[in-house]
Amino acid sequence: MSESAVTTPPMVLADRVCKNFGALKVLKGVSLEVPRGKVLTLVGPSGSGKSTFLRCINHLEQVNAGRLYVDGDLVGYREKNGKLYEMHPRDAAVQRRDIGMVFQHFNLFPHRTALENIIEAPTQVRGLRRADAIARAEELLERVGLAAKRNAYPAQLSGGQQQRVAIARALAMDPKLMLFDEPTSALDPELVGEVLTVMRELADSGMTMIVVTHEMGFAREVADELVFMDGGVVVESGPPRELLANPQHERTKAFLSRLL
Amino acid sequence: MTERNDTVEVPGPGAEPEPITAVPLRRPGRWIAAAIILILVGLFVYGAATNPAYRWDTYGKYLFDSRITAGALVTLELTVLAMAIAVGLGTVLAVMRLSPNPVLRTTAWVYLWIFRGTPVFVQLVFWGLVPSLYKQIDLGVPFGPQFFHLDVQHLQAAFLFAVIGLGLNEAAYMAEIVRAGINSVGEGQREASVALGMSWTQTMRRTVLPQAMRVIIPPTGNELIGMLKTTSLVTAIPLSTDLFGRARDIYGVNFQPIPLLLVCATWYLAITSVLMVGQYYLERYYSRGATRQLTAKQLEELATAQAAVKAK
Repeated sequence: MSESAVTTPPMVLADRVCKNFGALKVLKGVSLEVPRGKVLTLVGPSGSGKSTFLRCINHLEQVNAGRLYVDGDLVGYREKNGKLYEMHPRDAAVQRRDIGMVFQHFNLFPHRTALENIIEAPTQVRGLRRADAIARAEELLERVGLAAKRNAYPAQLSGGQQQRVAIARALAMDPKLMLFDEPTSALDPELVGEVLTVMRELADSGMTMIVVTHEMGFAREVADELVFMDGGVVVESGPPRELLANPQHERTKAFLSRLL
Repeated sequence: MTERNDTVEVPGPGAEPEPITAVPLRRPGRWIAAAIILILVGLFVYGAATNPAYRWDTYGKYLFDSRITAGALVTLELTVLAMAIAVGLGTVLAVMRLSPNPVLRTTAWVYLWIFRGTPVFVQLVFWGLVPSLYKQIDLGVPFGPQFFHLDVQHLQAAFLFAVIGLGLNEAAYMAEIVRAGINSVGEGQREASVALGMSWTQTMRRTVLPQAMRVIIPPTGNELIGMLKTTSLVTAIPLSTDLFGRARDIYGVNFQPIPLLLVCATWYLAITSVLMVGQYYLERYYSRGATRQLTAKQLEELATAQAAVKAK
């Protein structure tokens, strides 16, 4: 730990991560690295394991083999004298506080207004004073362009607005890493742009992000690295412009040709 | 881009059209149906009023009799206390049944199996017999010092046993209602809470249960009204200070069951009506955010914002 602190570890380090559900192997050894302040996009056909990998990072799924580190800390386990110990849910919750997640179906709390959604975790988990949390939430709503919607319930917002509130909710915890699980896949085409704009601004502000997406335009312009996954492994990865213009593997070529 | 004429015709404020005043649609079927029902009800009321067997004079005499009103109060107390136990214990049991801990899960299942699987009347008779099963209750270390002693046989505890008996039985049903409510909340809600770093308890208390309430309240209102009427079974304890017990005592003496049963029914109906009003407001509270419709408060805010824009 002291050694890695000197060299500052990458934000996310995956070393041959495997995950199976019963007999079904979903991740068959995924290795990748996300440096601080960089944006990585994960693409691939459905069922390729990209969402599962994302869920492993904040321990919504437990890794079965390999090692996964976030900010130098092993995810979901404690390592002591070469032995792994299952982590207490309380400690796992502490790890998750610093990792923001945005879901395909937004998952806003329907019984709370936009503002209440955003202040929920800061007040309940971080113990922030309500007034401070509200001030911060108003700032975030302003940032995602929804200051006027502070008292609206999620059902009264469009999909794009809901997703922007969801991003603000995740940001309210001041995460060091943001995970996006197909954030625009449930949106009408004309609403995709407003969410991508918010994400682009977030990337420009230096946030470390992992984005599972089908938006190749976003990947090309915003991402520092594009990773193509299929069948539970990383098929190839590289700078997005190069990879999109000149894919090396047959599977990547087939996938990209289907998208265009 | 070519040059464009941006002066599109916009109607000025003076051109605002008049509000529509249309002749309402006639609905003769409704009037006919209402007339038929009114006639039938009128005939029944006339028949009941003129039939001497109903003994309306006796009904009037006992409707506000102090024994009856005291009985109504006991019935209400039984209902509220038993239901409070049932809701509290039922929620705990439901959470236990959904817990990952196999010990808690099995315990809750066995509780439900027993209390839902035997008639409430039989359970109440059992509670009445507790003093002959357990003559005294001692709290302390087995074979060691004693902290607390209770002589059960000399305890006048019919009311307490009635509350416990009704409450423990009802808790089994409430547990299933709460479980259905919890299961009705989408998995994404739990995931979102957990991803924000909330603990299991926080997730339940802040995210899942408030949303589950929308599903839980209507059947719970049902159970509450059911409980009000089930209290008439406390005669099995035996306890006869409740509403129906009092009425029974009175008609046992004056041999006029019909007017006294009507007195009883009137009181049960009155209490039920009050409870239904409470349920309406509870349901409204927990339906926050369930519809796209704007709340009165939101509409007011929007209207003032609109007025402010106009004023500028």
